[in-house]
Amino acid sequence: MSAAATPVAARRPAALDQVGPIVRRNAWSLGLLVLLAVLLGFTKFIQPTYGVAGVQGLGTSVLPLALAAAAQAVVVISGGIDLSIGALMALTNVVAAVLMKDQPEQFGVVAVIGVLLLGVLLGATNGALVVVTRVPDIVVTLAMSFVWAGFALLVLGTPGGGSAKWLLDLVTGAFSHDEAIPVIGGALSVIGEWIPKATVVLIVVVAVIWVPLRRSRQGLALYAIGSNPLAAFRSGVSVGRTKILAYGLMGLFAALAGLSLTASTGIGTPVPGPYTLLSVAAVVLGGVSLAGGRGGMFGPILGVVILQLIRTDMTFLDIDTNLATVVQGLILIGVVMVGSLIQLRRARA
Amino acid sequence: MSGATEVTDPRSSPLSLAAARRLFRDRPFIPLLILLGFLILINEIASPGIVSAEWVSVMLRAAVPLAILAGCQTLTMLTGGIDLSVSAVASMSGFLVATLVTGPGVPAGIVIALAAAALAGLVTGIGVGVFRVHPLIMTLGMSLVVLGLANAWQLQMVQTNAGVPPALRAVGSQVVFGVLPYSLAVFIPLAVVILIALRRTGYGRLLFAIGDNPIAARLAGARSWQILIVLYVISALMAGIAGFLYSGYTNVASVSLVDSQLLPSVAAAVIGGTSILGGRGGYGGTIVGALILTVIGSLLSSLGYPEAVRQVLFGAIIVAVAAAYTRVTDES
Repeated sequence: MSAAATPVAARRPAALDQVGPIVRRNAWSLGLLVLLAVLLGFTKFIQPTYGVAGVQGLGTSVLPLALAAAAQAVVVISGGIDLSIGALMALTNVVAAVLMKDQPEQFGVVAVIGVLLLGVLLGATNGALVVVTRVPDIVVTLAMSFVWAGFALLVLGTPGGGSAKWLLDLVTGAFSHDEAIPVIGGALSVIGEWIPKATVVLIVVVAVIWVPLRRSRQGLALYAIGSNPLAAFRSGVSVGRTKILAYGLMGLFAALAGLSLTASTGIGTPVPGPYTLLSVAAVVLGGVSLAGGRGGMFGPILGVVILQLIRTDMTFLDIDTNLATVVQGLILIGVVMVGSLIQLRRARA
Repeated sequence: MSGATEVTDPRSSPLSLAAARRLFRDRPFIPLLILLGFLILINEIASPGIVSAEWVSVMLRAAVPLAILAGCQTLTMLTGGIDLSVSAVASMSGFLVATLVTGPGVPAGIVIALAAAALAGLVTGIGVGVFRVHPLIMTLGMSLVVLGLANAWQLQMVQTNAGVPPALRAVGSQVVFGVLPYSLAVFIPLAVVILIALRRTGYGRLLFAIGDNPIAARLAGARSWQILIVLYVISALMAGIAGFLYSGYTNVASVSLVDSQLLPSVAAAVIGGTSILGGRGGYGGTIVGALILTVIGSLLSSLGYPEAVRQVLFGAIIVAVAAAYTRVTDES
């Protein structure tokens, strides 16, 4: 965040000239990365046994919330907000669990694809309602959270269902040596055990969905309607359609988050977890402006990891987990206060 | 969040349709009352004989605390904000009183609980007013803080046999003349003060002003940070009072008692015609909104649907009412 103040030297190699803007543009994410490194160091310091198992546990436990944060980030970037993500996760979670119960392994693939399509459909429904009714998105998605949570209860009254085994394997544990060799090469296969499979899944999913979109016309339109809908409209962007696209993507990520719940618990639970509010927290912590049009995927996911690691650290320090909630809240407020103070300073300067 | 294109000026359109719209916009009270009457009628048709003095008292007892919580949302929404910490603050207040019965006693407990609520509101207000944190984030963070602290307090209090004091139970759940709940004695003065304050006092007008156009309000000399700090303290105090009523109504003291009422409180304010974008609305509509939501809840349970179907219908009705409302009042 201090990168903005460095004066530019008169003559510098061309390669270095490009470093400055990149650092400045990603200052927030880099700050989070440093914070994460410090936290990991601190964790190792207070709990010398923290190692492979800890990192793997972290990778698996952050997956649902990280995907929820990705879902929220898409909508917030496009200038909206979705308060039904937790309910959507519960619904896709139970649908997946019901479909896969006592079914052959291969059918699991069909079920997963079906659930992802369902997620897109449900998300797009939210988006279409926001666009058509012109009711503020907070209100629409708040009301729809009742609807989706109700459907989740209709699909599955009590926790139950099942999951295909390959899905369970996908998110737990790390690469074994054999699996790691084709991916990162024989010499580096030792690193494999340090990389949780869940993290690989997360990176692949975000890379496949978000990166191409971000670079496309539609991705630019997404940022444009978040930044200034009127200007976007006058530049020929179909605001309504782009908004529905954003919500559809949100639904896709929420369905992935719901599937990750099925995968990590092996069952479906029809009651929404605390994911909606935590996803908003992670998105803000990750440097995505609630006003829209600003931020990315990397920051919110880092934010989730940081929030989770703080919770882990407080357990190691034998601090009441309730106080961990307090600390999470204070960090959320603190980070946003610092962010807005920087903005106020800039506005004055 | 998405209302950048909403540019409306009702005074410039002389059409009678526009006049009707203006009525809806400025006096949402009347059409909402008609909707409420209609819903009561459906209730009576769906299960004949249900509408009785006892039913009315049940509705009122459930609607009063919701109307107070929705009041928190109305006031904050007028300034373009929202208060997502009301449920945490309300639960905390009710719980705090219940744990303090055996020690300091009920009156002292109420004072301590309200002081704790006011402190939470003060911090929120400073965050929103001075540091310009988005109200959604600030109140979300504050609800995490309050919930965590209340949970920690709960662990400290495990040994003491806490219970909802009889006085609160009486206020929250007993009725006089078979119809009127005691909680109206708390609610009516509060509602009258809010209604008059919003329409007739400078402070009330300032709330509308900074919600309608914060820059214009600042240039006109309004010190928005002071207004916002006072606003969020008021909101937290009201949430605390609602928390007392809820714990008295349900005879439960728990740190998550009021959680389920957060979304209905926002919905009641929205249905009542308060714009979440700020600058438009009022408390009268919100009170009717809270009554409407309570009657819808009663209708759905008297129809014998399972909880899941009720949730789906509840959400769908909120979207439908809000959509119809926006359609009628927006000329854009």
